[in-house]
Amino acid sequence: MTPEASVQYDEHGRLRHFLTTEGLGREMLSEILDVAASFISVGERRIKKVPLLHGKTVVNLFFEASTRTRTTFEIAAKRLSADVINMNATRLSTTKGESVLDTVQTLEAMHTDMFVVRDKASGTAHLIARHAPRGVSIINAGDGRHAHPTQAMLDMFTIRQQKGVFEPLTVAITGDVLHSRVARSQIHALRQLGVSDLRVIGPATLLPTEIEKLGVKTFYNMDEGVEGADVLIMLRLQMERMDGQLLPGPEEYFRYYGLTERRLKRAKPDAIVMHPGPMNRGLEIASSVADGPQSVILTQVTNGIAVRMAIMAKLLGDAGRDGRE
Amino acid sequence: MNVTLHGGRVIDPASGLDTVADLHIRDQHVAAIGVAPDGFTADETFDASGLVVAPGLIDMQARLREPGEDHTGSMEAELAAAVRGGVTTVCVPPDTYPPIDTPAMAHMIRQRVDASGLARVFPIGALTVALEGERLTDMGSLHQAGCTVLSNGDRAIENTLVMRRALQYASTFDLTVLLNAQDPWLVGNGCIHEGEIATRLGLPVIPEAAETVGVARDLALIETTGIRAHFGCLSSARAVAMVADARRRGLPVSAGVTVHHLHLCESDVGVFNTYCKVMPPLRGMADRDALRRAVAEGVVATICSDHQAHGKDAKLAPFSEAASGIAGIETLLALALNLVRDGVLELRTALAALTVNPARILGIDRGSISTGSVADLCVFDPDSPWTLRDTGLTSRGTNTPFKDTELHARVKATLVAGRFVFRDGA
Repeated sequence: MTPEASVQYDEHGRLRHFLTTEGLGREMLSEILDVAASFISVGERRIKKVPLLHGKTVVNLFFEASTRTRTTFEIAAKRLSADVINMNATRLSTTKGESVLDTVQTLEAMHTDMFVVRDKASGTAHLIARHAPRGVSIINAGDGRHAHPTQAMLDMFTIRQQKGVFEPLTVAITGDVLHSRVARSQIHALRQLGVSDLRVIGPATLLPTEIEKLGVKTFYNMDEGVEGADVLIMLRLQMERMDGQLLPGPEEYFRYYGLTERRLKRAKPDAIVMHPGPMNRGLEIASSVADGPQSVILTQVTNGIAVRMAIMAKLLGDAGRDGRE
Repeated sequence: MNVTLHGGRVIDPASGLDTVADLHIRDQHVAAIGVAPDGFTADETFDASGLVVAPGLIDMQARLREPGEDHTGSMEAELAAAVRGGVTTVCVPPDTYPPIDTPAMAHMIRQRVDASGLARVFPIGALTVALEGERLTDMGSLHQAGCTVLSNGDRAIENTLVMRRALQYASTFDLTVLLNAQDPWLVGNGCIHEGEIATRLGLPVIPEAAETVGVARDLALIETTGIRAHFGCLSSARAVAMVADARRRGLPVSAGVTVHHLHLCESDVGVFNTYCKVMPPLRGMADRDALRRAVAEGVVATICSDHQAHGKDAKLAPFSEAASGIAGIETLLALALNLVRDGVLELRTALAALTVNPARILGIDRGSISTGSVADLCVFDPDSPWTLRDTGLTSRGTNTPFKDTELHARVKATLVAGRFVFRDGA
């Protein structure tokens, strides 16, 4: 087991935390997708609840504001019948990390079962997981540029739903890979699920060094990168990257790396278009593509709830048995 | 007091002396090696059989945390850690609070250290006032106060013109400068070597070019000012090659490394191991191996600890926010000698990098053993395996990535001016 993955398991080898997709292995990833599939129907029922996490307390601990992601976690937890507390905590980057751990310890003293953590610094979820007492699980809802594993899993779910299998697929991820925790988690998941032709596309300033070691091919030219692709994943470009140091400006970016209908035609005719949201229309993706027939962007959002339910159930359903009860 | 160290293997890397002999100390100096001088009677005899008697270590860079940061360490504790590690002279960089930018500060630190009765201190004076890289310090006065080596600590002098003038002015007084050359723009908010691990962990990077650009700039300025300069903590193969090339061209420059850069590389950061966060960052395996070769071949002259004690909380943070640095002064010798055991370095080379080479760069009459030399000595057992536990450190800092590492050399006694300042088990 890789060190990255081993942090996530308890002493019985059961998944206890969900911090990264790296090193989880194909079997575990597939299992989560299978469980998610069984939860899809829950959202379509009149009574949208199952009692799996009845009596459990889930804390959404967001050091970095996010309404979208927090809401999907909240819905997922509530559909599993858990009690949910939302904490929009703030902290100063210059204060020592004890403040992160202090916050968590305070909440743990209230006998919570799970923390869903988001922070602007890479590694915060790992830090908390390493210091979490027995029976408390951590889900990483995004840490800096490092990982956003639940987003990646809902993307995997969407790809499997649309394409059935992973092995023969060509997947192209375009945009700001350097700053993207989503891209890193997607790359690890896609590689483990068997995608062999995995491409990342972007200008040199937005592709991290030695990214090839994660098992991807790099393309500076988007037309070449999307050629024959089955899945096109567009990344959100943060507007603060437009300060002229990493990129000259929005027009030039859209010209070379925006997904237009013309570029989409270079992909396979049945290629799907994905985006983790929120989108910058006209910057990384043309509206006609985002709203077009090949877009599965809203499907991703819907799937997000079932996938997060699956992950929560997997952690508290398995590891929770030996916990505080 | 007269002391005889009986039956030890006396090694003086300066002269190449390596012999089993008694070493006799009188009036703070080495009186004789071998047969005692006429009329010498030892007040105390220390059984050094099976042990190595070497010059006391000179650590080119270690923070004592005073003044200014006594919440993370105390001078007494850090000096006790030093002598426990066989270090008899500690070079303190000027980045104390307030910085060592006046003769008064240098005096103050010397007095505090002398009062401790442990190791000696060699305060490094600041090149610029408050290390801000804007105005030159009173270098002449600092020189008078004994700061014959100046530095700007880890703070870069961003303005190249100020840097040039600082080096020119320092050369006026025949000073030596100690440089931690890192281009501040390329360092930015980076916290880890730009490489595969940084890409995996999604951390802001410090590219190798931060060091090569910094070294290139400083070498160009050294070439036109003629100042003696030592790059004390190089991390990359390319930067070492640049300094080696400059030496071949006759420039009065030398290079050093920290002992942890000889042991660790970026992959040791693993999954956000903040104990491996250091500045300059741990680089690739190829860099680490190149640094090892450079020490073995004498291209890199010195090995230091870059000791930085931190409280426990300082490392309990997300990687980018955790403090950088290792509390390493106690393990400097043992880690260097692990490399001898592993066949990377010759014993004499390793000891030279810890003793006589730093002494020559600092321009001090220490770091060697001969009749008449000051008896600053380190007596160690080269084969006494022990495992480092963080609870076993004397330093107030427990921040070490070498916890649970098996070490083989163990310091048995440390003498400063012929006086025992540390004895194992005492």
